[in-house]
Amino acid sequence: MAIQPFAGGEGGFYARDRAWHPPVASPAYKSTTLRAPRHALLSLGQTRSELTGPAFGHDILNPLDNDLIRNFSQDGSDAIGQRLVVYGQIMDENARPVPNTLVEFWQANAGGRYRHKREGYIAALDPNFGGCGRAITDADGYYHFRTIKPGAYPWPNGGNDWRPAHIHFSVFGHAFAQRLITQMYFEGDPMIWQDPIALSIPDRTAVEQLIARLDRHNTTPMDTLAYRFDIVLRGRRSTFFENRVEGN
Amino acid sequence: MLNKLPPLKESPSQTAGPYVHIGLTPSLERITEANVPDLGAGPVPGFGPRIIVAGRVFDGSAAPVSDAVVELWQADADGNHGNAFGRVACDGTGAYRFDTVKPGRVGGPDGKLMAPHLTLWIVARGINIGLHTRVYFEDEAEANETDFVLNRIMDVRRRKTLIAVRSDADGKTVYTFDIRLQGGDETVFFDI
Ligand SMILES: [Fe+2]
Repeated sequence: MAIQPFAGGEGGFYARDRAWHPPVASPAYKSTTLRAPRHALLSLGQTRSELTGPAFGHDILNPLDNDLIRNFSQDGSDAIGQRLVVYGQIMDENARPVPNTLVEFWQANAGGRYRHKREGYIAALDPNFGGCGRAITDADGYYHFRTIKPGAYPWPNGGNDWRPAHIHFSVFGHAFAQRLITQMYFEGDPMIWQDPIALSIPDRTAVEQLIARLDRHNTTPMDTLAYRFDIVLRGRRSTFFENRVEGN
Repeated sequence: MLNKLPPLKESPSQTAGPYVHIGLTPSLERITEANVPDLGAGPVPGFGPRIIVAGRVFDGSAAPVSDAVVELWQADADGNHGNAFGRVACDGTGAYRFDTVKPGRVGGPDGKLMAPHLTLWIVARGINIGLHTRVYFEDEAEANETDFVLNRIMDVRRRKTLIAVRSDADGKTVYTFDIRLQGGDETVFFDI
């Protein structure tokens, strides 16, 4: 069997800045206590298994996947809530756009209630709101979707903890090493700064990277407000291998 | 060669939270209008002998992690990374199961072939940043001996946390691979 060309070391991804990400254990977020590995993560660099990743085409998308206002509508009416367009650019650390990558998102309804069997909050379900969507970035790395602004919600952690309004994001990138799940917050929300999950990120500047900005320019008159949320995935250390790594 | 610092910082990770299924496995929450069918559900596509890889996820108190989502990425039997991606949610007992193919060997950084392996990525409430690990195969002992990654694990006792145990039943080959997030037999997780 021929040995596959290996693209690691030089030309691999920049090492993850673990001080920029939340640590595995953050005591104020109690669920991490028993779920955080105690051993140090083993530094691996990247082999082909990490430098490649799944690719998804537009054929997987349903017509309303990027329209949470309508994609669960039972009776033809829109989901209840503040109507929004959320959009942004996905780039790598080298500020290069990441085109043709799948972005998935999920969120609570306008009252802060999730459509989930383990959800315990008393806020009402919206019969016309499911709460998930997805999109594939265009040639310049942009995605966009229509939704309603999610509500803040209480959660069992401390005695009286509330999550700030947020949207969950999952992004693939072009290599499994770039795989990322994060959350988007809303500009100006004072709840962010009392949230044990947002504050699991040690650096305030890093938290600010997850705050979407109100974008008046892209607001649709008499219809939707716009928020811009850019996402940065890991980038490669040099362009050296770019012509050699295939299938990603 | 000098490496410049990149101009941008990676977006910080946040937990997938307890409601991750709405986004990643929506059919489990009876969301059948959007994001269907569930991404990565069903048999993992790829060339090679079919196998089952299954196990349970446990926390530091040995309690099952019933709200985790596990993703799979791997090479096919020829050692090529095609599009063999899978995704499953754990059930109430913390169990996950992939119907996939036995991978072949892939070139490693030391110029030798790595032993056949799968890459898993685990997210859940209480996991602040997705955990990367690898599944190796008990019946590939010879290849495992020289595997670049297994040999990076200095504490040899911990290598076995990455070795799936084979059993054969009803004409199916099943590899059992439990994942322990924390504790005595804590699974080796990677900073890749
Ligand atoms: Fe949430």
